[in-house]
Amino acid sequence: MKRPYLLLRHRDIPDLNDLAVYRQHGGFEAFRKAVTTLQPNEVVEMVKASGLRGRGGAGFPTGLKWSFIDNKNWPHYVVANADESEPGTFKDREIMEGNPFQFLEGLMIASYAVQANVAYIYLRGEFWQLAHQLDRRIQQLHSAALLGDRLFGTEYSLRIYTHLGAGAYICGEETALLESLEGKLGQPRLRPPFPPAVGLFGKPTIVNNVETLANVPLIIERGAEWYRSFGTEKSPGVKIFCLSGRVNRPGNYELPLGTTFRELIFEHGKGIPDGKQIKAIMAAGASSALIVADQRALDTPMDYESVPSLGAQLGSASIIVIDETVSMDWLIRKTIHFFQHESCGKCTPCREGTYWMKHIIDRIHRGEASQNDVELLYDVASQMRGKCLCALGEFSIEAVLSAIERFPQDFEARVAQREPAL
Amino acid sequence: MNHLLEKYASEIETTLAKYPPDQKRAAAMPLLYLAQREYGYVTKQALLEISEILDVPSTEVGQLVGFYTLYHDEPGGKYRIQVCTDLPCALRGAEEFLEQLCENLGIQVGETTADGLITIEKVMCLAGCDRAPLFQVQTAEGITYHENQSVESAMKLVRTWQSTP
Amino acid sequence: MTTKMITLTIDGIQVTVPEGTNIVDAAKKAGIDIPVFCYHPKMHPVGMCRMCLVEVGRPVIDRATGEFVRNEDGSLKIQFNPKLETGCTTPVSEGMVVINTSDKVKRGRKDILEFLLTSHPLDCPICDKGGECPLQDLTMAHGPGTSRFLFDEKKHLLKHTPLGELIYLDQERCIQCGRCVRFQDELVDDPVIGFSQRGRSLQIVTFSEPGFDSIFSGNTTDICPVGALTTADFRFGARPWELNAAASICHQCPVGCNLTLNVRREAAAGGKVVIKRVMPRQNEWVNEIWICDKGRFGYHYTESTERLTQPLVRKGGELSPVSWEEALEVVAERFRQAGENLLSVAGGRLSNEDFFNLRKLTEGIGGRTALYTQMGGGDLVALAGMPQGSNLGELGKGDAILVIASDLHQEAPIWWLRVKQAAERGATLIVALPRPNRLDKFAQHVLRYRYGEESGLILAMINALSAKRPELPGKVNALWREAEVQIAAKAFAEAQNAVIFFGSEGVGLAKGLAYRLRKPLPRPAPTCSR
Repeated sequence: MKRPYLLLRHRDIPDLNDLAVYRQHGGFEAFRKAVTTLQPNEVVEMVKASGLRGRGGAGFPTGLKWSFIDNKNWPHYVVANADESEPGTFKDREIMEGNPFQFLEGLMIASYAVQANVAYIYLRGEFWQLAHQLDRRIQQLHSAALLGDRLFGTEYSLRIYTHLGAGAYICGEETALLESLEGKLGQPRLRPPFPPAVGLFGKPTIVNNVETLANVPLIIERGAEWYRSFGTEKSPGVKIFCLSGRVNRPGNYELPLGTTFRELIFEHGKGIPDGKQIKAIMAAGASSALIVADQRALDTPMDYESVPSLGAQLGSASIIVIDETVSMDWLIRKTIHFFQHESCGKCTPCREGTYWMKHIIDRIHRGEASQNDVELLYDVASQMRGKCLCALGEFSIEAVLSAIERFPQDFEARVAQREPAL
Repeated sequence: MNHLLEKYASEIETTLAKYPPDQKRAAAMPLLYLAQREYGYVTKQALLEISEILDVPSTEVGQLVGFYTLYHDEPGGKYRIQVCTDLPCALRGAEEFLEQLCENLGIQVGETTADGLITIEKVMCLAGCDRAPLFQVQTAEGITYHENQSVESAMKLVRTWQSTP
Repeated sequence: MTTKMITLTIDGIQVTVPEGTNIVDAAKKAGIDIPVFCYHPKMHPVGMCRMCLVEVGRPVIDRATGEFVRNEDGSLKIQFNPKLETGCTTPVSEGMVVINTSDKVKRGRKDILEFLLTSHPLDCPICDKGGECPLQDLTMAHGPGTSRFLFDEKKHLLKHTPLGELIYLDQERCIQCGRCVRFQDELVDDPVIGFSQRGRSLQIVTFSEPGFDSIFSGNTTDICPVGALTTADFRFGARPWELNAAASICHQCPVGCNLTLNVRREAAAGGKVVIKRVMPRQNEWVNEIWICDKGRFGYHYTESTERLTQPLVRKGGELSPVSWEEALEVVAERFRQAGENLLSVAGGRLSNEDFFNLRKLTEGIGGRTALYTQMGGGDLVALAGMPQGSNLGELGKGDAILVIASDLHQEAPIWWLRVKQAAERGATLIVALPRPNRLDKFAQHVLRYRYGEESGLILAMINALSAKRPELPGKVNALWREAEVQIAAKAFAEAQNAVIFFGSEGVGLAKGLAYRLRKPLPRPAPTCSR
């Protein structure tokens, strides 16, 4: 059954990134409804009731996060996290390119819900062109009196500004993002306090992922009940799954949460090229434990509750497919290099641990290592667990530990070779 | 004489207006991009000018350049070809692509061609994993994406740069 | 307002501390030292180094009833966080149980130290910090004896790089605790050093001209837990265990910071004892644990060959060297002869102890003492100076400070620091100076007057507060009508406690008037001056 797109609606409707076309298809009616007929806390309650969970990877209930905003401290801010840097993730990009106004509308409704008069969009520096396009679109919204002062004749005013990052994955962590927006090094803050209490410029702030916000107009327009009719009980709604790696048809796939890995990879992704066998799945981009791609795994629904049964997390649903041609030592060398490059350096275990892991895996790669080194690598990764200041360090070890645990034969073969890998 | 302030007064004003007036430091990142546009990279002079505009100590501006990979404190080629060889791209041939591209250009990763036109850099995930191999090109003006690339298409792009005065 | 007290248990020892205390400080009260690097009690905790990881358990509260859940034996049910928590960033809560000595915690410390030592260079034989180095001490106490890291893979960064003329930076030794950066930024408002790069390349940099441009820079070498920041002055000077310590007081400005002089007998000095370095001595009432760079580095005059090193007595028109015994005899004889005609004049740079002794000596013979008034405040301070037990560290909300005719940052840096901190704690700060200065940004009221008009300003403030307005020179009349002067004067008068700092730019009339400014206050305000 082909369902109409809810988030990637530009695949159904051409030129949806044109404001006139977007408005023709009901655009900004949800925002108008919110501002003119609903109280801010009513909007919060609707989103809470919908069960929408953060789509950036943490899966935190969105409405609940909004309800935490401190109403004794003003002004409030909303920041859209468009720092999309997790390897294997490219969904927010498509939303902002193809259906930008739905994302902007979601951001605007969120701002109204927490009574923020200024919102920022923090984009990774590489999204240079996107940021300039968004600036033009924001200008159009001002001209259409959808942004600015006294919207729809009410007292509510709203301005949106874009802010470009400059090449740091850690700035996707919400408190590091706020530090970066404030013109400082993008290093995560101590939590507590959390952003809804102390955020941007010390004021209460909500940080939400782009995809999360793109869901919001739908919820306001058609109601929480309707939204819950998709997905699962605990993970309602639709999700954009990013499929990449060894598949025939990589790309973004909008599917209800609870769709199985099998359906995504073999039906939509058209399976593994060259008739090879699937070997493993990384469900949360590079921040994943490696899922052994056996039948049970393939039939597991992709939602926040079910994936943990495979010893992994769904995270941002950035599904990287690995086939039999890939040796796990080669794979974790890639992920270790990534995290070592992106570690902000603030806390000891991540700063020193990722550097150490890099050197060990490089030695293994060069054929200068023994099985002891593989054990040492496992030890160093374990030593980092539970000690890091933020999720980067904690997740950097997932692929390493799971690869050595679940695919030991790859490492045995590698150290036995005693010569540099290709 | 603050060269940036003189030349880009209205753009700087618009940038500063995005942030609360008592939070001028927040404008450091956009101003660093502006400096890079004007000077090609972030010079010592640029740092002093930015700290003067923002009324912020030069260390607070200078420290950002080393932290963020898209700011450069040294001149490079006119076109910085930044190729992603991260895991998803590598699973789709990005490493081989980079190797061949380097061979074609006659330089190693991190080096600049003799004519000063092109620097090749290896970068992390660019959020284009379904269109690998890909690279982005960073110039003083900004960044553009080039996706679904082959060595042929990349070299074709290089030749257009080489032929443009 | 009484502070709420919290009782918790650390390693089986019960301890009660004010609400808001963190676990590391609470443990100190119980006599337990939780190891730290980035944490410093004078700065906000950041939880970066992860050295203070401990096991934390909290009493379980029944969600339905709001009551504590109890075990069968009646004791509180404690739920332990499966993850270790950083003690420095965790505030205590009622009934908390902290475990500091379990295998998990010990393993955690060993792990963190192993991480820190992977790229830390084996510089101990040539490192100035050796012998007083927290990294050495904590490694001996908690760390591994060998490293599993390969020597050739160590990260290499800049070594012995001068940051300005006073401080050397060794980026390799740095363990990225951030204490120096936070001290400069949080405490002394001179963010002239910072972190740059990221990951293992995270390093301290400075972009100020000259480098590390701060009059408090030397303090960072005290709080640096390794030999990353060292002073050029003491570089390769001596080993700390070779030094003897002598307590002293700095006389280079009116603050009188408490010092420790580290001395050593040296062959190079002909067997004489020389000062190898000056360190701060803790005195929470005067300078806490800080000194400015002038006090720290400006002691080399003691090495001058032109110094008087032996008493001289004039004999037959010529000054000839004599022994101390003979010299003291001469002085004692002259004093006895003078009797009540002895007048002892002292300058304001002596310590309180010296004043006491001098007065006892003088008045014991029947003579008189006089404090030189043109420097150090003199009789005004004697009249209305801060009483015994005064602590600038206690000033806060409800108190007021007036700083007039003085740029404290230049004249008395540690007072600048303490006034800034008092203002940050909520004290009303009024700064009156003809030019912009480093205290302005922390003040609620900034008053500008023209050079020479400091007396006029004070008169204006007094008149703003008094019921009758006597006829005054036109200029002064104009001043007191100015709204900001009125507002500042009223703010000052509303204070519980107040302190007036007046400086070298307004001696003379001003000080007399400053005395009169006290009058309208409910309680007489102490004055404290240059």
